[in-house]
Amino acid sequence: MKNKYSIISLIKNSFSYHENWQKAWGDPEPKKEYDIVIIGGGGHGLATAYYLAKKHDMKNIAVVEKGWIGGGNTGRNTTIIRSNYLWDASAGLYDHALKIWENLSQELNYNVMFSQRGVMNLAHNLQDVRDLKRRTHANRLNGIDAVYLNTDQVKKFCPIINTSPDIRYPVLGGTLQRRAGTARHDAVAWGYARGADEMGVDIIQNCEVKGIKRSGDGVEGIETTKGFIKTKKIGVVAAGHSSVIASMAGLKLPLESKPLQALVSEPVKPIIDTVVMSNAVHAYVSQSDKGELVIGAGTDDYVSYSQKGSHDIVEGTLNAILELYPIFSRMRMLRQWGGIVDICPDASPIISKTPIKGLYFNCGWGTGGFKATPGSGDLFAHTIANDEPHKLNAAFNLNRFVSGDLVDEHGAAAVAH
Amino acid sequence: MFLIHCPYCGEREQSEFKAGGEAHIVRPKQPTELSDDQWAEYLFMRKNIKGVQFERWVHAHGCRKWFNIVRDTSNDEIKAIYKMGEKPPTKYK
Repeated sequence: MKNKYSIISLIKNSFSYHENWQKAWGDPEPKKEYDIVIIGGGGHGLATAYYLAKKHDMKNIAVVEKGWIGGGNTGRNTTIIRSNYLWDASAGLYDHALKIWENLSQELNYNVMFSQRGVMNLAHNLQDVRDLKRRTHANRLNGIDAVYLNTDQVKKFCPIINTSPDIRYPVLGGTLQRRAGTARHDAVAWGYARGADEMGVDIIQNCEVKGIKRSGDGVEGIETTKGFIKTKKIGVVAAGHSSVIASMAGLKLPLESKPLQALVSEPVKPIIDTVVMSNAVHAYVSQSDKGELVIGAGTDDYVSYSQKGSHDIVEGTLNAILELYPIFSRMRMLRQWGGIVDICPDASPIISKTPIKGLYFNCGWGTGGFKATPGSGDLFAHTIANDEPHKLNAAFNLNRFVSGDLVDEHGAAAVAH
Repeated sequence: MFLIHCPYCGEREQSEFKAGGEAHIVRPKQPTELSDDQWAEYLFMRKNIKGVQFERWVHAHGCRKWFNIVRDTSNDEIKAIYKMGEKPPTKYK
């Protein structure tokens, strides 16, 4: 049983100089057999294990992670959370996640620092204006809060934006989702890990999957660097490496893995109290609680697993940032990094069964998976436990690439996830 | 960021080029006879290899010609470059 985190536990632990806090999760050796093994200890994988144990009363679950938990894309994204997607299926999926976010810190007894500071998406040309207005209406029909702002209202909401009509891509308007915002990405992984560990999930770090053993039309287990683990059900949540895991089972996925970059500036005093995204010029910015500007760039257009990315992508993003926010012209950037994102042809995720019995995939989140972490885990857990998708993720099946029933959010969403 | 040796123009920055995805995906000879599964395989399914992969690239801001690259996607190292229609180097197969 975990000790509850509270103001009282904080005071109590201060007397021992915070050196005696209980370990948040264990470091077990893998057992010989599990009922379910989740491959990938990022936010989505840990959330899946958490909800399998919590809502579906499953016991004997393991999460295997190649590196350390939350060390992949969970710790590499720009932490933006929103649900203002165009299509009904996407709106249902992402708003399901947003609703869980709203109570997640209480549910996990772990402060994920969810901050509903609003996300504003800018329009820079007439087509943007039409698209964003259409999306605002679609959102409201789906019960998602959305308002359209004209240029003056944009300026009022975020005064440091350059709304001069003379710039290369003038701000013609924007949309605002007030319930959207950011959260602390590491805390999400840690909170789910602690919660899952408490319910008996084995979190096995530094354990790389080397192969998947098939038997007939199903699976028998996984080969790992810590030996063979027997299991009848495997849930793969490996983000950029999904195709690598799929090939171990002889499966091909409609994915391409590409580097997506982000960067942070030196910390400064509070200057921007919301998240501003701009699809046309592909730049988005928010400010962390430490004071750093968190800036998201675009993906490279070639397949790569190198976690680097090209400098010209960063240069293009910073050009756009500087034109929109001349006030940042003398800011210095502290760090830049890349994460490998797995992109589907329709820019929507796959949360699905596969032709192989007992093998499930949760992948294809592309450039915008963080926002969906709790919902993704919840729905994937449902899919694995019942061997049937939940109605909210039924549209996100792998078979849609055969049937043609795609969820085409490319450009239709407020992309620049 | 890396340099690419265009077989027509010589060595240039990667930003001058555009990636065209996996190479040697053969266009179906009889499209009308393809099943939905075969269409999905042709249109959407990709090997997405971590390691040595055969790719098409175009020198978009240069001669605008297409050619093939053999590249290690784990570290972006280019192994070989050959023109369209030429036989792929066998040692990376």
